[in-house]
Order: sequence, then C-alpha cells, then structure tokens
Amino acid sequence: FQDQAEQFFRSGHTNNWAVLVCTSRFWFNYRHVANTLSVYRSVKRLGIPDSHIVLMLADDMACNPRNPKPATVFSHKNMELNVYGDDVEVDYRSYEVTVENFLRVLTGRIPPSTPRSKRLLSDDRSNILIYMTGHGGNGFLKFQDSEEITNVELADAFEQMWQKRRYNELLFIIDTCQGASMYERFYSPNIMALASSQVGEDSLSHQPDLGIGVHLMDRYTFYVLEFLEEIHPASQTNMNDLFQVCPKSLCVSTPGHRTDLFQRDPQNVLITDFFGSVRKVEITTETLSLDRDVAAVESKFPEEEVATEPLKYAEQLPVAQIIHQKPKQKDWHPPGGFILGLWALIIMVFFKTYGIKHMKHVF
Amino acid sequence: GAMAAAELLVLLLVAAGPGPGRADSGRERRDTLREELLLSPLPTGDVAATFQFRTRWDADLQRGAVSHYRLFPKALGRLVAALGVRELHLALTHGFWRTRYWGQPPLQAPAGAELWVWFQPTVTDVDKAWKELSNILSGIFCASLNFIDSTNTVIPTASFKPLGLANGTDHHLLRYAVLPREVVCTENLTPWKKLLPCGSKAGLAVLLKAERLFHSSYHSQAVHIRPVCRDASCLAVSWELRQTLTVVFDFFASGQGKKDWSLFKMFSRTLTDTCPLASQSKVYVDISPKNKEKELLEVSPPPTSVHEAVVQGDRKTYAVYDLLSPSLFNTSRSLNVQLKWKRPQDSSEMPIPTLHAQRYVGGYGLQTGEICTLIYNTHPYRAFPVILLETVPWYLRLYVHTLTIITKGKENKPSYIHYQPAQDRRRPHLLEMLIQLPANSVTKITIQFERALLKWTEYPPDPNHGFYVGSSVLSALVPSVTAMKDVDVEQSPLFTSLFPSSDGSSYFVRLYTEPLLVNLPTPDFSMPYNVICLTCTVVAVCYGSFYNLLTRTFHVEEPSRGGLAKRLANVIRKFRGVPPL
Repeated sequence: FQDQAEQFFRSGHTNNWAVLVCTSRFWFNYRHVANTLSVYRSVKRLGIPDSHIVLMLADDMACNPRNPKPATVFSHKNMELNVYGDDVEVDYRSYEVTVENFLRVLTGRIPPSTPRSKRLLSDDRSNILIYMTGHGGNGFLKFQDSEEITNVELADAFEQMWQKRRYNELLFIIDTCQGASMYERFYSPNIMALASSQVGEDSLSHQPDLGIGVHLMDRYTFYVLEFLEEIHPASQTNMNDLFQVCPKSLCVSTPGHRTDLFQRDPQNVLITDFFGSVRKVEITTETLSLDRDVAAVESKFPEEEVATEPLKYAEQLPVAQIIHQKPKQKDWHPPGGFILGLWALIIMVFFKTYGIKHMKHVF
Repeated sequence: GAMAAAELLVLLLVAAGPGPGRADSGRERRDTLREELLLSPLPTGDVAATFQFRTRWDADLQRGAVSHYRLFPKALGRLVAALGVRELHLALTHGFWRTRYWGQPPLQAPAGAELWVWFQPTVTDVDKAWKELSNILSGIFCASLNFIDSTNTVIPTASFKPLGLANGTDHHLLRYAVLPREVVCTENLTPWKKLLPCGSKAGLAVLLKAERLFHSSYHSQAVHIRPVCRDASCLAVSWELRQTLTVVFDFFASGQGKKDWSLFKMFSRTLTDTCPLASQSKVYVDISPKNKEKELLEVSPPPTSVHEAVVQGDRKTYAVYDLLSPSLFNTSRSLNVQLKWKRPQDSSEMPIPTLHAQRYVGGYGLQTGEICTLIYNTHPYRAFPVILLETVPWYLRLYVHTLTIITKGKENKPSYIHYQPAQDRRRPHLLEMLIQLPANSVTKITIQFERALLKWTEYPPDPNHGFYVGSSVLSALVPSVTAMKDVDVEQSPLFTSLFPSSDGSSYFVRLYTEPLLVNLPTPDFSMPYNVICLTCTVVAVCYGSFYNLLTRTFHVEEPSRGGLAKRLANVIRKFRGVPPL
C-alpha cells in the first residue's frame, strides 16, 4: 500500500499534452496518416482530451477522391479498425503543416490571433508526447516533399522548451527511416526518445490492403498500436515494455531508444504518464448550495430599445440602385515629387539649351 | 471510501441542480429551436436531403453583456458580440451542385470554403476584425480559414446584399472570401454538430453520420447568423442562427438496382425520438407531381399531413411528418420514411431550370488562356437581370479590354460594371457586372488572361496539381411561374424563409459556377541543387588547376633503393644475366 501511494506521487506532472505530426503528402503515403491517427486514437482513449492534443496531418486521406470508403482511415487490412473515427479534430491541416508552424507550436512563439486549439499551452508540470512520422534520412525529416527539419533544429527547439519551462518530461517517438539519427543530438534534460530504426536502416511498411490499394501502416507503429490497445487508464505497464515492442524479427529494422537524459528509471515510468491523462481528484465532504434564484441573473438584461418604426430587410437585387451607383469621384491629387522634379529638369534643360528668349512663346 | 465520497458529492450536485430549472419553467423562454429535414427526389434519380436547424434568440446580442447562453452556442454568440458582426455566412462544401440536371438548389454554396460577413457600422477597422474573425472560425471549425487574407478577399459592391435586417448597405462593411482548395471531412462536421443544442444524440441530427454523408456527390454544411424581425410588426430584433446541411446521395454510388430511397438506405439509421429542446421537428418530402399529372412518388408510412407551398416560384406539395405529434411513434419505435416511384421515370420529362450557368477555361499552353462563362435563360418569354461576380487570383492577369459579352450573336452591354484590377501578391481581380438576359437565350462571357510565373518559394508543396480559381457567383431575380403570397415566417417551413421575399412575381436565387483548375508554369524545383553542384564543381576544377600550376614547385627525387621484392627480383635477374631493375 505504501509503494502504491509512493508511486502515485512519484511522477511530478499535473497535465498531459500530445503533439502528433504526420509530415507526408500524397495518397501513397496513406500509411503515415494512419500511423498518426492510431496514436491519436490511443491517446484519446486513454484520457487526453482534444483540447490538449495538437494533431497535424499534412494531407487528407479520409475524404481523398481516391479513397474507396470515404471518411475512413483503416489500420488493419480487411477494414477491421477505422482509426479516423467519428469525432476527430485536426488542428493543422494540409498546407499548414510546415517546419515553421511545427517549431512555433513547440516553442510557443505563435502569432497572437491563433486560436486556442492550435496552441501548445503546456507549463512546467506538463508531460508531453511528441510523435512524428513521415519520410526521413540520416539527420533530417522531410515535411511535405518541400522542406526538411534537421536533428539539430529539433534539439534546439527542445532546449528552448526546457529554458522556457514548457515541459516536465518529454517522450519523443519517431517512425521514419533512420529514425535514431533524429534523437542523437538532444541535450536537454528529461527527454526520452524512441525510434523505429537505427541509422543506416529503413523502416518498412506493414501490409497492403488490396481494396484500398496502398500500404495501411508502418510496422513499428502497427505493433505499438497493438501494444497500446492492451493498455487501459489504470494499467501499471512501464516503459521497459514499450522498448521491447517490435523486435527485429517482426519489424525487420532495429528499434532504438535513448534514456540517458531522463532522470527517472524507465522501469518506474508508467505508459499512462505520457499516453494517458492525469486527473488528480480531490474529494471533499463539505456541501455547496447553488443559487436558486435565476431571476436575478435574467433581470440583468438591459432594457432593449424598441424601434419606433418597423425595421425592414434589404432588397436582394436592387437593380435601379445598382445602376445609378455613382462611381467614386477620384480625388485630384497634386503631382508627386518625382513628376515635379522631372518636369523641372526638362524645362531647365530646354531653357539652358535654347536660351531665355523662348519664354515668351511658352506663355 | 474515496469512490463513495465522490458519489455523494455528485448526488448532492444533482439534487441542487433542477432547482433553478423548476423555478424557471414557468417563465417565457427567450430562445427557440426548430429543426427540419427536406427530402427532394431529383430528376436524375438521386435524392437531396437538406437539414435545417434554426435557433432564434429574442435578445439583442450587440448591446449589453449577455452571460447566460442556453440554446444559442456561446462560441458564436461571443464572436458576434465581440467583433461587431451583423451577419455571418460560412459554408464548407465538397462537390458541385449540377443545376442543369438537378434543378435550382434551395441554398447553394461553392466548392471549398466560402465566408462572407457584414460588419456593424460601429466597427472602425473592418480588415482587422475580418482577419481576427477568420482566425477564430478556423479554430472553431478545424478548417484552414486562416489562409483568408488580402490576396483572396474582395469587397463586392452589388452582390451579397444582407439577408437579415439592415438599415443601410454601405458595401465597405462587407467582406467576401472563398478558398476553393479547402477539403471538407469529418473534422469539420464534428464541431458543426457540437453547435447543435441536442448535439447528434437526439432529433434529426442522429442521421448525421460522417461515413454516409461523405459518400455522396455533394455535401455542403453552412452556418448563417443574421438579425431578423421578432414578430410581424418588426419593432424588435432577434438573432437567428441557421445551420444547414445539404447532401445529395448518388443513385449509382449506392449500388442498388432500384431507384427507391429510404432513410435507412441514405443514412444507415432511422429516426427514433425528437430533441426535447426543439419546439418543432418535421420531415418534409417533396411529392410534387411533374407536368401537373398524377403523382409519381409514393411515401410510406402515411404522413401526418400534406402541405402546399409556393417555393421558388412554383407550386409544390409536401408530405409532412411531424415528429412531435404523438401518433407518429405509436405503431413503431422508429420512423423510416420510404420513397417509391410509382412509374418509371422518363428522361424526356426532366425539367430544365430557368437559369443555369457553366464556366470553363479555354486556350492551350502555359502562357495564356481564356475564361468562358455561359449563362442560360430558358424562360420562353421573360427577360431578367443577373449580377455576375468573378474573383480571379492575381497570378492570372486578366486583360479587361478582351472582355466580350455576346447574346444571340450580338454584343450585350452590361448596365453596370465594377472592375477592380489586381495588385501582385496583395489583391485579387474583382469583376462585377449586371447583365440583362433576354428570353430563351445563351449569353457567353469571355475574358483572356496571362499566367504569371511565381517566385520559387511561393509555390505550394504540390504545384503540379494546379491552382484553383474560385466559383463565380450569379445573383438573379427569376420570374416565378406562380405568384408567391406573403406568409408568416413562423408558420411556414424553414426552407421557404431563407431569402427575404420582396414581391411575389419573382424569387431570388444565387447560383455558383464550377471552380476552375489552371496550371501555372512551374520551375524544376531541383534546379537550385543542380546549380550549386555544377558551380562548385566548375569552380573547384578551374581554380584548383590554376592554383596548382601557379604554386607547385618541382624538385628531383632520389631514386629509392627499392623494397624487398625488388631486391629479390634483382638477385634472380643477376642469376639470369639480365640487367637489374
């Protein structure tokens, strides 16, 4: 009992966030969108609400004209599991998924008019899960076939987050070719990283579906999804089990992980610390009585002004009014400095050349 | 122990909860909800379903601090109050309404996202409010409306007059933008459904399931907010929020042989109960006979009543199912309206709508092109005017001197033209014309353009897909076949009170043409990399060679004694009598 109580207070976070990014465009990269949506589904199922998830999908697969079953994205062949679901909320869509927007979301340097659902409003007691998938190489990840993010930029972004106290602990998962190169350069504390393949290896896709015509998932995320389907909000599975997911016999590539920057032992870190959501509930025994008098609230309505004559609707196509709409009178502006200077120069040259006696012909 | 305490607290809250409600039930509610579904079979065998959810709030959102929101969603109410919005119309559409084959739509929207807003005269900086509004709406509806900026916003001068109460129409308070590339999917439907008072759990909204709605030829969801008359005397203002969703189910996509339709076949579910917050909940089925002959369509179960109305200038008959009447759910717990054709349809019976239009791109190559619009007036003897609004992005440089409007072989001069040329990277082209369409004619409007070469950083990640030109808008007062009487808005169905009617002899219709997809000349994006490699190689080879020639010094090298192998070889050669190496 003592151990359980201790464990309840061991992790120092009070809220959970997730940033899930799919960086690939075009129909044949269906599996990257399915990867991201399966992590989204697990994270929602384990308790993180939509307001705490920033989902970035670089292309639309569900309503793509090539999708034979619209509004669905499947992860298992024979259409067993629709990871798109019925209440998905995508925050960054299509052309909005760029390296700049991703780094702005992480570091919090967002233009002031950005709505709340597009911001990562984490604090120093937040555990953040960052999942990225797409096409990558040794030291970079490709965004939408037109730009890349390097491992150095990513490490610097995490350092900015650390210095601005934007996370308590961070779990970084990446499923691309040569994924381990992306976490090589991290230097900020409290980061744990997992990748689907080592440097020099490719991450492979799992199974194609002949009805849809593309590969549905990548191998690493497929086995991670199967692992996560067994987790429920109260499970005690720890990170060491996640490191064992997808050995080389199933994945063909060798998944890697990095825990040297993390302060706690992975044995003591629960999966739900990052994939689930903390709800610290305080039980109270005192009673609250709600205000029964709603009339007081309603009477605060200011008295409305009643018009003296009836208001009317506008005419939808007032032909006479439109035809007689006078064009705006163009105000006469005095000629600008350049024009004046040019004419002054021309006149000076003329009189210097031909002499002053021509003045009387001008005026 | 902890669980029991939590349960106790929850019970106490629940006990305290209904208290204020009970005290309130005797007083008049200030907001009402009406919901309605209209099923109209289309001439081609498809069926169109239009949902309308109307929340009317008898309060003035503009003045006073309103803090108690009941049916009217708080997100939209606060938006209207904070940004000084008088009217807001946002539509997200996937597909295209084929007016020529399907008839006039009740309310059409262009493909992609369309947003037009009238602001209150008290707003000083309309552009700033417009930018903030599009950002907030992009967060609410999960759409990329934040891409609306000055490069795709226009200020129409003659179209888009306010649909609600207005005392003055200064068009500088109006902004219109369309994003033709916008995709509509479940993530846009989810927040739209969350704005409904009953959500998607009760009433007509249980039919709205994404998997069926997006497997269709046309899906359009819209939000309209406007001030309306509170009653017939129209001395006070109420705010109305209409959420409309139109979907056309394709006969061929459904894969069945027969053209019969039912709610279950369309939505894969049936109606089971009503939304307890709705004061009216009805299903209308269009059973109007074509060509004034006997009925073509049979509906089952038998409707609660039959309603006749003049809609879009024509007399139409509707079978009405009132979900609030107790007799409807007496026999069975669910209502599955079925439509069966009594006799097979003849393709020659397809009526042609009075006004329809078409637009396409002409020309060849990647330098020039031509936008052609064809407008058809099929009325046998009446002519009427139409306003055409075209918004063309700046990278298609229009040549207005090539604008020609030809009707029946002769030139047709418009009575009003407003043209605002584009500014590169700042403003699009705006062309508005008021054209008189003679009876039974085709009008062809052509304008030539030249394609611009963008800077290489301005291309989107998939430039070979092409660039979209938004739909053009046609607003017209079409003469009605039957005169329309002035009806009370509260008693008539919602689909008849979309546009305020002025006189019964004509009805207002707004049509959209197809969006266009043009290819711009795109560079080879691998060229910067190629150029850098080539230049570096050339520089390295030339400069390196010169440097070597200029700075290399030569010196004589002592011949080495040779390694072990050479010495052994020399020993063998000495034995052979051959000169050493």
